[in-house]
Amino acid sequence: MAKANLMDYEKALELFEVVIGLEVHVELNTNTKMFCGCRNDFGDEPNTNVCPICLGLPGSLPAVNGKAIESSISIGLALGCQIAPTGRFSRKNYFYPDLAKNFQTSQYDEPIAFEGSIEVEVPSGNKYTVLIERAHMEEDAGKLTHIGGATGRIQGAEYSLVDYNRAGVPLVEIVTKPVYGSGAEAPELAAAYVRLIREIVKALGVSDARMERGNVRCDANVSLRPHGQEKLGTRTETKNVNSLRSIERAVRYEIQRQAQILANGGTITQETRHWHEDKGATSSGRPKSDADDYRYFPEPDLVPVQPSHEMIERLRAALPENPADRRKRLASEWGFAELEFRDVVNAGLMDLIEETVAQGAKPQSARKWYAGELSRIANAEEKDVSELNITPAQVAELANLVESGKINDRIAREVLSAVLEGAGSPEQIVKDRGLEVVSDDGALIAAIDEALKSQPDVLEKIREGKVQAAGAVIGAVMQAMKGQADAARVRELVLERAASL
Amino acid sequence: MSEITPELVRHLASLSRIDLDEAEVARFTEQLAVIVDSVAKISQAIDGNTPATSHPIPLANVFRPDVVEPSLSQEQALSGAPDSGQGRFRVAAILDEE
Amino acid sequence: MSDLIRLNASELVELLAKGEISSVELTQAHLDQIAKVGDAVHSFLHISGESALATARDVDSRRAAGEKLADLAGVPIAVKDNLTTTDAPTTAGSKILEGWIPPYDATVVTKLRNQMLPILGKTNLDEFAMGSSTEFSAFGPSKNPWDLTRIPGGSGGGSSSVVSSFQAPLAIGSDTGGSIRFPGAVTGTVGIKPTYGAVSRYGLIALASSLDQIGPVARNVLDAAYLQDAISGHDPHDSTSLPGSLGSMVEAAKRGSLKGKKVGLIKQLSGDGFQQGVRNRFAEALKLITDAGAEIVEVDCPSFEYAIDAYYLILPAEASSNLAKFDSVRFGMRVSPKGNPTIERVMAATREAGFGPEVKRRIILGTYALSSGSFDKFYGAAQKVRTLIQRDFDAAFAKADVLVSPTAPTTAFKFGEKVSDPLAMYLNDIATIPANLAGIPGISVPIGLADEDNLPVGIQFLAPAHEDARLYEVGAALEGILEGIWGKRMMDFAPELKVN
Repeated sequence: MAKANLMDYEKALELFEVVIGLEVHVELNTNTKMFCGCRNDFGDEPNTNVCPICLGLPGSLPAVNGKAIESSISIGLALGCQIAPTGRFSRKNYFYPDLAKNFQTSQYDEPIAFEGSIEVEVPSGNKYTVLIERAHMEEDAGKLTHIGGATGRIQGAEYSLVDYNRAGVPLVEIVTKPVYGSGAEAPELAAAYVRLIREIVKALGVSDARMERGNVRCDANVSLRPHGQEKLGTRTETKNVNSLRSIERAVRYEIQRQAQILANGGTITQETRHWHEDKGATSSGRPKSDADDYRYFPEPDLVPVQPSHEMIERLRAALPENPADRRKRLASEWGFAELEFRDVVNAGLMDLIEETVAQGAKPQSARKWYAGELSRIANAEEKDVSELNITPAQVAELANLVESGKINDRIAREVLSAVLEGAGSPEQIVKDRGLEVVSDDGALIAAIDEALKSQPDVLEKIREGKVQAAGAVIGAVMQAMKGQADAARVRELVLERAASL
Repeated sequence: MSEITPELVRHLASLSRIDLDEAEVARFTEQLAVIVDSVAKISQAIDGNTPATSHPIPLANVFRPDVVEPSLSQEQALSGAPDSGQGRFRVAAILDEE
Repeated sequence: MSDLIRLNASELVELLAKGEISSVELTQAHLDQIAKVGDAVHSFLHISGESALATARDVDSRRAAGEKLADLAGVPIAVKDNLTTTDAPTTAGSKILEGWIPPYDATVVTKLRNQMLPILGKTNLDEFAMGSSTEFSAFGPSKNPWDLTRIPGGSGGGSSSVVSSFQAPLAIGSDTGGSIRFPGAVTGTVGIKPTYGAVSRYGLIALASSLDQIGPVARNVLDAAYLQDAISGHDPHDSTSLPGSLGSMVEAAKRGSLKGKKVGLIKQLSGDGFQQGVRNRFAEALKLITDAGAEIVEVDCPSFEYAIDAYYLILPAEASSNLAKFDSVRFGMRVSPKGNPTIERVMAATREAGFGPEVKRRIILGTYALSSGSFDKFYGAAQKVRTLIQRDFDAAFAKADVLVSPTAPTTAFKFGEKVSDPLAMYLNDIATIPANLAGIPGISVPIGLADEDNLPVGIQFLAPAHEDARLYEVGAALEGILEGIWGKRMMDFAPELKVN
């Protein structure tokens, strides 16, 4: 797959207006699937969380998971949507071996939630209002594994294997209206929007919201039109963009690719495209054709969903604080500098810091740990910070050990590695390994006196008031104490002893 | 002239994944034309204000509690499969995009 | 003792309860009859003699131990082969499912097992219940015991021929457009389509989900009532199943009365264009109904004119989607074209080879009715016609307690007579289809033989949704009057079945 010719990004924006649209699939974390009582867990042995319903066996009938309905309504409410007084499921008919019934039970003309809007802040601090067209329920498909052929990919495979554990897992698809006017920030806006959706569904507790596990998946629509033109350009739908970074890169790539084609007098094919993170490029998928006749019709095996006013209000009352309000509140509570706070938001660290503060850490030390050392480690391991093997309670413990002077920064890093390796809680590790800072002045004074005596020239300089000379003594003392001393205290004592010796 | 043409029948057969032979295409074209001409008169019966009925007995809000029920064993799940391997259903390669 | 097989289920219930007969001897008597006439009538696709006898033995020993059992415990039954059973293949009359043993039981089958009815086997049907004659069964047609050269009705011709040839006192059928009632009419038996949702569809291989309904097949109205009481009730596995109980059908059948009832004669189905012998028997029945103290009122249902058209759009549309799962991946037949075919080609080849002509015809028609550009004109319009038909029924039931018509325009026709003319075949269902479109219950009760061919004629009563009991009440009353006049039962008119 060759990378297409790309126009310079700034030039593309000079020539064209960017319009994006986003479809985000959120996998709900219900106990059971959308239409049957099978466990909603597809990491298990293949085809063990399956039954006649999700295998689409003849005679079986779907039955709607009431919790999934509530979760979907909560998502709709959190996105400022209206909740449909009556909604229903439809069948989307197409043949594919991962689709057990060869139709997907989905919502078509009567989604459960529609016409919402949310405010999205991008890293620059600019805010955009994204209009939500609809949020509807549907079921996931099974998982195909392609065997044989060079790459294990679909092309060239000799045969495929199907596991239906994921078939019937409940999804909510959130579809935006076209988003105009984000200009050069369109890629950042796309990523920030998906991040916000993740935050919302996580705060609602309705999804595990882990992109790397496919709990949140995004399809990005991009189209360009010359500035001032009314009519929308032809759009492409890029699938398979499953990290925030990929979303940003894929949107940027499509802008540059489409601009190049249009500027050369070409036309954009309406098609689905696939994002390849490794190559940093999208490739052409199947063009939309008249074969995409899904023959939607109302699912006759299910009855309409008519959420009561009471139900909607109960769910509305249970909504967590909306993300914008929460940010405002935390910014003032934590007292970070504006830039510091924005970095925290952009790095998706707000939840972790909030919890760590709740566990007793000072906000500023919690921030330093997450934005510093923990982010560095996560980066190196290509993980999300939240995936590291350390809980907010442990981070709070670690921060407080440093804060109280029981360990210094260097020892703290050592303790952190031990925690990540599963050696236990920071306090336990400090205790087990005898890492606590030596605060017994007697041992320190003995070491200082010895160091001062062995370096009479330094002692002389200190006495003459050249305080910076103390550094050499402090270094020697720290070495003698194997690093387990509070450097500030050592400094104090060195000056004291130099005067009194 | 009926709207049912052999091309249309072939297209419908492809949508419904049935590999009709040419004799069937010819026969169905003829039979469907008769049926479609006959049923087309229903549009005379209705007007824009007639609501559609998709369920004969109106019910709403039938939900299942979110409680795990026993699944089939892998062996049971695969018991009717024409072909399987590695605990999964085995199918011929899929010709598709990439 | 071969007399056992001629007894009605309600009589067997009494004899079993009193301990005068055992379930084992009863079950064996029916298995003997199956062995005797089974090949000639070809009612069964699968016979489960051993497991039926095992259930019978269980019933006998429990009864001997003084255990309180369900009314129908020990009464043998046959089940239409579009209901899943874990101990017998389930084919729906299609090659594409030949040999498939489902990993689960249909809810109705579970109910029969829990109430300990010995299940004799699985009965024949038109492939996926698409047909009115069983001629579209992939495994050959069933025969009408009244005349083996004629059809036993369809799609449930297996169940109707089982009951009318004394191979079982009871059978389970399914009715999408008349598949219980039409076979009942042409075999001189009783068939009921309950209110949509009265009986769970879980485990019924779907034809058209919004029309399908499981119901009883029997030789007498009270027998059918016992069976409906045994199989109905809410099922959490079927979201469209009714939440409450419809009351006792047995009580309604035992009450059996026409007195003071208003019986609506449907103008559009009063016999115009129907076979003369059918019209004669129907006219006589109306007279008897009036004599019994009921009042006949005429009701007008103008939208019935469009019922068949709407039905033959809705049914294929839903069926085209319901039958998509037959794709050779998880169960059933697989046909691989030569060479190195893709899954798409394997699916298409399997469906071409595995489905019969009527199934393919309806899938193509249904796909067309749903396709973009045709939806509003066909499927959408048909759903609106459905509303009009419901309104017609609402208006009719404002004037009448039950409605009445002949069940079918003709008596049993000969094999091959209509098989190549889909439209002619579809017209058999003209009187039965409106009830399915509206979800209301209907019963077919035999009212004698047509003069010209000495073949059974049925009358159909229809009641408002949830009022199934009315059907049993009026049906049992008319049946009692007729048996009083005849001095015997309907099936006693049947010629002796000639088997080699």
